[in-house]
Amino acid sequence: MTASPTLKVTIERGPSGAEVFDVPQYDNQTVLDVVSWVQQNVDPTLSYRFACRVGMCGSCAMMVNGVPRWTCRTHISKVLDGNAVTIGPLRNLPVIKDLAVDMDPFFDKWVAAEGIHHGGLTRDDPIAPVDEGSAEREAANAAIECINCSVCYAACDTVAGNPDYLGPAALQRAWTLLNDAKDEGRQTILDAVSGKGGCHNCHSIGSCTAYCPNELDPLAAIAGLKRETAKSFFKRGR
Amino acid sequence: MLNLRLYMLQRLTALLMAPLVIGHLAVMIYAIQGGLSAAEILSRTQGSVAWFLFYGGFVLAVSIHGAIGVRVVLHEWGGMKGALLDGATWLLGAGLLWLGAHAVWAVTFT
Repeated sequence: MTASPTLKVTIERGPSGAEVFDVPQYDNQTVLDVVSWVQQNVDPTLSYRFACRVGMCGSCAMMVNGVPRWTCRTHISKVLDGNAVTIGPLRNLPVIKDLAVDMDPFFDKWVAAEGIHHGGLTRDDPIAPVDEGSAEREAANAAIECINCSVCYAACDTVAGNPDYLGPAALQRAWTLLNDAKDEGRQTILDAVSGKGGCHNCHSIGSCTAYCPNELDPLAAIAGLKRETAKSFFKRGR
Repeated sequence: MLNLRLYMLQRLTALLMAPLVIGHLAVMIYAIQGGLSAAEILSRTQGSVAWFLFYGGFVLAVSIHGAIGVRVVLHEWGGMKGALLDGATWLLGAGLLWLGAHAVWAVTFT
């Protein structure tokens, strides 16, 4: 059987509804290639976002047949339903236009979860030693490759039902910093992830871990935060 | 819509309920051997501080645990929030406590 030379590509374009495009199929064609072909050959007004094309920048994530994916690292042949595919903007984020979403809520929550460095040293202090073999460092290293693509955030059903929930990426970053010997914001982080949108809202569904293109494990990070906040609750009452 | 305090309350009440449910089922299976009447049950429970504490503790844990669980459903599936959500949580907890306490009081004291 030979592959169909033409793809039926449905692109969700917000309030104006979905549009179907006929796109020629090539070998080794990615979903991003398909979107770019439409923009370059049929409709130059089609809006979408990408930069590196090699899975490093985290800007091209979209919903492909209802599943959040990096479009640059997804071969179209892997996701075709017959010769058809549906491409939409990332779930759980406001759509700006077509396939471009507003990432502000995602990054605002990153900061709200205290996903920022809490330094305690000055340039005159000696560099803090890091024990590469310690359990804490291994926990911190586990999620260091997160590139903020928001695939886990789009996959999360808890975010869909509870817009205040900080989401897997921000909480995973908080867990990384909690385990980082150079970060001195332990109680600040624990307080930040214990509020009404905090880690305790997670239902452990695990879509974040299932769909992370970097094969990270935000679910385990959130479970770690639940353990540490519970210990803190018994020790300090918060 | 769960902060650390509500989360811990729900987990701790679950810890409390687990042995109480197992105890309830075990005693029920043991006591029913050879037939059991309402009068027999009441003769053992009425005036018993131990059974009052056993089922009183269970009812209290259920009221807290259930109200927090339904609170999450009301928020995530019903879109309820703010004072309305807090009010509904308290109302559910109080309602469960009233129903349960009523039953516990009836079999242990009256």
